[in-house]
Amino acid sequence: MSAPLVEVRDLAKVFDVSPPWLNRVVERKPRAFVHAVDGVSFEIQRGKTLALVGESGCGKSTVARLLLGLYGATRGAVRFDGEDIAQTLAGAKALKLRRRMQMIFQDPYASLNPRWKVLDIVAEPLHEHGLVKNDVEAKQRVGELLSSVGLNPADAAKFPHQFSGGQRQRISIARALATQPEFLVCDEPTSALDVSVQAQVLNIMKDLQRERGLTYLFISHNLAVVRHVADQVGVMYLGRLVEVADKAELFARPRHPYTRMLLDAIPDIHMTGRARTPVQGEVPNPLQPPSGCSFHPRCPLANARCKAERPALLEIQGVRVACHAVEEGRAG
Amino acid sequence: MAMTAPLLEVSHLRVEFPTRHGTLLALDDISFAIAPGEILGVVGESGAGKSLTGAAIIGLLDPPGRIAAGEIRLAGRRIDNLPYEQLRRIRGREIGAVFQDPLTSLNPLYTVGRQLVETITTHLDLTARQARARAIELLASTGIPAPEARVDHFPHQFSGGMRQRVVIALALAANPKLIVADEPTTALDVSIQAQIIALLKKVCREQGAAVMLVTHDMGVIAETCDRVAVMYAGRIAEIGPVADVIHRPAHPYTVGLMGSIPAMDEDRERLLQIDGAMPRLTAIPPGCAFNPRCPRVVERCRAERPELAQVGATSAACWRPVTVEAQR
Repeated sequence: MSAPLVEVRDLAKVFDVSPPWLNRVVERKPRAFVHAVDGVSFEIQRGKTLALVGESGCGKSTVARLLLGLYGATRGAVRFDGEDIAQTLAGAKALKLRRRMQMIFQDPYASLNPRWKVLDIVAEPLHEHGLVKNDVEAKQRVGELLSSVGLNPADAAKFPHQFSGGQRQRISIARALATQPEFLVCDEPTSALDVSVQAQVLNIMKDLQRERGLTYLFISHNLAVVRHVADQVGVMYLGRLVEVADKAELFARPRHPYTRMLLDAIPDIHMTGRARTPVQGEVPNPLQPPSGCSFHPRCPLANARCKAERPALLEIQGVRVACHAVEEGRAG
Repeated sequence: MAMTAPLLEVSHLRVEFPTRHGTLLALDDISFAIAPGEILGVVGESGAGKSLTGAAIIGLLDPPGRIAAGEIRLAGRRIDNLPYEQLRRIRGREIGAVFQDPLTSLNPLYTVGRQLVETITTHLDLTARQARARAIELLASTGIPAPEARVDHFPHQFSGGMRQRVVIALALAANPKLIVADEPTTALDVSIQAQIIALLKKVCREQGAAVMLVTHDMGVIAETCDRVAVMYAGRIAEIGPVADVIHRPAHPYTVGLMGSIPAMDEDRERLLQIDGAMPRLTAIPPGCAFNPRCPRVVERCRAERPELAQVGATSAACWRPVTVEAQR
């Protein structure tokens, strides 16, 4: 196996959410920090899709932004094709690196400038990176890009409001593809879309991956979608990866109690009338994460060790799991 | 289906929005019934008219929307033409409503206890003390821990899932016979969503209330409902028992909708996709509204509008329904 395209080592991001200085002084409020991402490590092989799943506030979108350098990391490093992105983006080769990685955002109503024509939206990265010499060439490239995502080249003359949600998301994909990137970060690309339209967008993304050998980081809270698109799946909980495994393995034999809970919680259309035992409790406040394993207050397998000691992400039976119960063989 | 006396009966409901560019037909000839204790799911894509159907039933259509034809009966009594004051008394007393966003359906300036007590004393003949006791009881029955303390908290002190429980408690305050729940779990995380669905099912069973559950999530429908209505462009495309609609759909739109959902138990390289998008209300095609996207379209579909008709176990509005034989 060749070297992974993306390699993330002990990545962490801490946000300062302290009250303003005056409140701290007058009301004696302490400083407050959120460990949005807390020591995450993974790699993505070229041409593959890694999906990150988790509930709101688990830090998956923060990971996406860290990977593209939209946030600076507090700790740890991201290596893209062997180069450290923090260093590269600060140096002379920044533009070259940016060309190779692009992002697709969640909300196609917010990520396209309503005052720009589709031509300008999709051509912007082309001009920015000097990939076209003149407007005629740009127009032709935009036409090709629009055709590649199943839109009509004549749509370039329209404004975003003239398109439906699914078509807008295709425009976002066309824009992301403009620089011919190798790596696409997709942050909930279909969660704002209806299911029939979601199917169209997911099919296009898979076709493009096959044709162009794209590498995806796919972020979603929808496990059924993840199962459809991913090769590998990472499950996040409160800023940490709790389980990383191949898709088939994760869905067939989830190891971590949180993964099991998530899988059990999805309503499935083939389970008509199934009685479920919903898991109790909610995601804790990230400002005061629980001690030890952050999942222990909701975990049916928690014991004294889980409350005291934070489990490390260990390789157990070919998958990586951060759980004392699995490590000790208590998980059954 | 043997239903002697349906609790809610909607027949030939038509909702229009007069605009500068002509009248928009948002709901067209909607008919269905819900029996006491039954959960009817209403699914469809954005803009199909599912929320509007719920709003019409609880009498909360946003102007200029209006009911242009048809009638809505609750326990045999016509409620769509009642004066505002009478309708207001029915709303809350006999029909409870749960909306999508629990943060906007609670008043941030009042404690949840005060909001519950207000609802209870409006509809039931109880003293303030009894009402408070009932409020605490309601919070407890919706699974809120330490209800005696929580009753004096403000909405912002609750998490999203807990807030939705408070909204459900509010909807249940006067023991309504019908609950209209509009996307009650959409704003919640999956693990919380499962808890809220279990809660809705439990209260429905315990109180014998009928529920109209509006959602775009087929998984939620599959797990919760007895029957399901599939809406498309302001019309009902198919209605029937939930297992039949999901596993043996008759309408080509339902077939496409089911095929486009990534399944948890099978691997497919590509999802079935329905090309195109739902028409806008300004440009609903003549005949069957689904005809431009339909793989089974024939000449008749473009000219004549199909009515709901029995196909196997479900009813579908289609000239060329997918029959069970064809699926084999």
